[in-house]
Amino acid sequence: MFDLFRKPKRLRGVLALYDNPDSLLDAAARIQEHGFRNVDAYTPYPVHGLSEALGIRKSWIPYVTLVMGLAGAALGLTFEIWTSAVDWPINVGGKPFVSLPAFIPITFESGVLIGGTMTLAALLLACGLPNFWDPILDRDLTNDRFGLFVPDSGPEWNESRAIQYLQSTHPVDLRVIRA
Amino acid sequence: MNPMTTGEEARSMASRAPVPNPLAEPVLIDPGKSFADISAEVAAPIEKKPGMLWWIFFGIAVLLTGQFAAEITYQIIKGVGIWGLNHPVGWAVDITSFVFWIGIGHAGTLISAILHLFRQRWRTAINRSAEAMTIFAVMTAGLFPLIHTGRPWFAYWLVPYPNWRHLWVNFRSPLVWDVFAVSTYLTISLCFWFTGLIPDFATLRDRSAGWRRGIYSVLSLGWRGSERHWQHYERAYMMLAGISTPLVLSVHSIVSFDFATSILPGWHTTIFPPYFVAGAIFSGFAMVVTLLVILRKVFKMEEYVTIHHLENMNKIILVTGMMVGYAYAVEMFIAVLYSGNQFEHFTFVNRATGPFAWAYWIMVSCNVLVPQVFWFKRFRRSIPVMFAVSILVNVGMWFERFTIIVTSLHRDFIPTAWSYYKPTIFDYSVIVGSFGFFFMWFLLFCRFFPTISIAEVKSVLWNAKKSAGRVPAGKADAERAHV
Repeated sequence: MFDLFRKPKRLRGVLALYDNPDSLLDAAARIQEHGFRNVDAYTPYPVHGLSEALGIRKSWIPYVTLVMGLAGAALGLTFEIWTSAVDWPINVGGKPFVSLPAFIPITFESGVLIGGTMTLAALLLACGLPNFWDPILDRDLTNDRFGLFVPDSGPEWNESRAIQYLQSTHPVDLRVIRA
Repeated sequence: MNPMTTGEEARSMASRAPVPNPLAEPVLIDPGKSFADISAEVAAPIEKKPGMLWWIFFGIAVLLTGQFAAEITYQIIKGVGIWGLNHPVGWAVDITSFVFWIGIGHAGTLISAILHLFRQRWRTAINRSAEAMTIFAVMTAGLFPLIHTGRPWFAYWLVPYPNWRHLWVNFRSPLVWDVFAVSTYLTISLCFWFTGLIPDFATLRDRSAGWRRGIYSVLSLGWRGSERHWQHYERAYMMLAGISTPLVLSVHSIVSFDFATSILPGWHTTIFPPYFVAGAIFSGFAMVVTLLVILRKVFKMEEYVTIHHLENMNKIILVTGMMVGYAYAVEMFIAVLYSGNQFEHFTFVNRATGPFAWAYWIMVSCNVLVPQVFWFKRFRRSIPVMFAVSILVNVGMWFERFTIIVTSLHRDFIPTAWSYYKPTIFDYSVIVGSFGFFFMWFLLFCRFFPTISIAEVKSVLWNAKKSAGRVPAGKADAERAHV
């Protein structure tokens, strides 16, 4: 959940910076073979093919949109029927209390409203946003640098091996992060 | 040649061949630019002080908004009688402007959502400002129903909430549908716009220092561009585009139900939903062209919003303009030649020849005749021509709504109830004021927000570099061919 007052995450690992997305993709393509886990990339725009290379699973957000959209539509329709036919049925121009065709526009709009706002909420949740606490690895990662970050993954972590591999991919810059 | 040549390589070879490939994608951006150039050039208007031109425009917009606020205040004190409204014309400039502004908004959603789903890459340079236009247009539109109710302090009665009278709103009424449609439209457009802005705010944050960094930090919510996040981001963006697409079609359809579900000749027409949606996109694209022609000049964005982008929009104006023209023709044909209904017949003959014929013919000439110049490539690519056409189209579309609303109302079934509508100075004041209000927000947007989607343009740039052969095709290409 939104943990607004948590402590900054401890970030340790090696960051390699590239000046173009293809070098990053080249480096990322072989990273799993070398046994590094939880590798992440930081890019100024979404680079396609990267999540497959890093073994990142497909996002679950579309299910949120579907379920919340349907739930919103159901909620809207139920509310219309309840107010018009159950709570206080009023005869308006001899129309049926449950005027289904006339209830469709609002059913649709409530589905879109709930589905859309919940999609944004799910995005923020999935990305752990807002996040003003964790360190920013490099300011150019939102500008013109493409970073590959190999994190300290526990007991079997071997920093020099990570440095060695990343050096072999010809980054423009290589940094050991101990934040 | 490598057997695993990707489509992009093949295309780049085709573009280097002596015979030009007619199917090659046009260059959307100069491949000689770097990623950093894009960040710097888009951020430039935000990071330096605005020029004289911006202050002049902003000053005019604020003055017009000021007189708008004064008009609204006076009208709330005196009542809607200060407008030229009276029996039988109970809806005039207020509802005309409402429908006009909602319609303007539609092009923004079309560009950002529908063109995204159709993978039209040229949208990347214009989607941000078009979405901003949507939001400000819907905000402007939303003012009109409020002030036209006459007692805006009871506006919350439109919302179904538990109250001591145990009364609920009438969900069978199109006016209630409107409340839901317009508020959903504004909310979802804001979500979509904000989602697109998050990575760009992060870029601005990382370029700035001091209090600016603080503001853009908060606005970016701490976005870092992690691939794990991009993965979610792209899917969420796609989902928002997917649900905005039927939403935008529903909004103007529902607005048209305000008229179509009534029994008034001229309003009671099943053609209205598609006719209104086409008209909305038509007028909205014209407004995008008007705004972008000015924006690219004032903020020196000619390299991003190229003549090619403008030409594409002019093509859409031509197509939707003809849809609108077709709708006028069908309406006339059904009412005058086909329906056999004397009231319908009279209403449409009265539209073209009655006391409001001037409004009808302004509408026809601006919406049907003027856009025909876009059949010629020379005119589609001429800035002065497209600027003039875009303004005339919006004049025409304003009069389309005026024609539908006022000419249908002013002469209905009983001749003793006929009358002519004369606007007062306050009617003119709200028309001018709404433009001031809209432009005030748009100018503030240009000053403080990135007017072009930095992240999206960067991905287009990389493709441009590749097809121009600026980048040696690496191993990654071959590997991606497997993925």
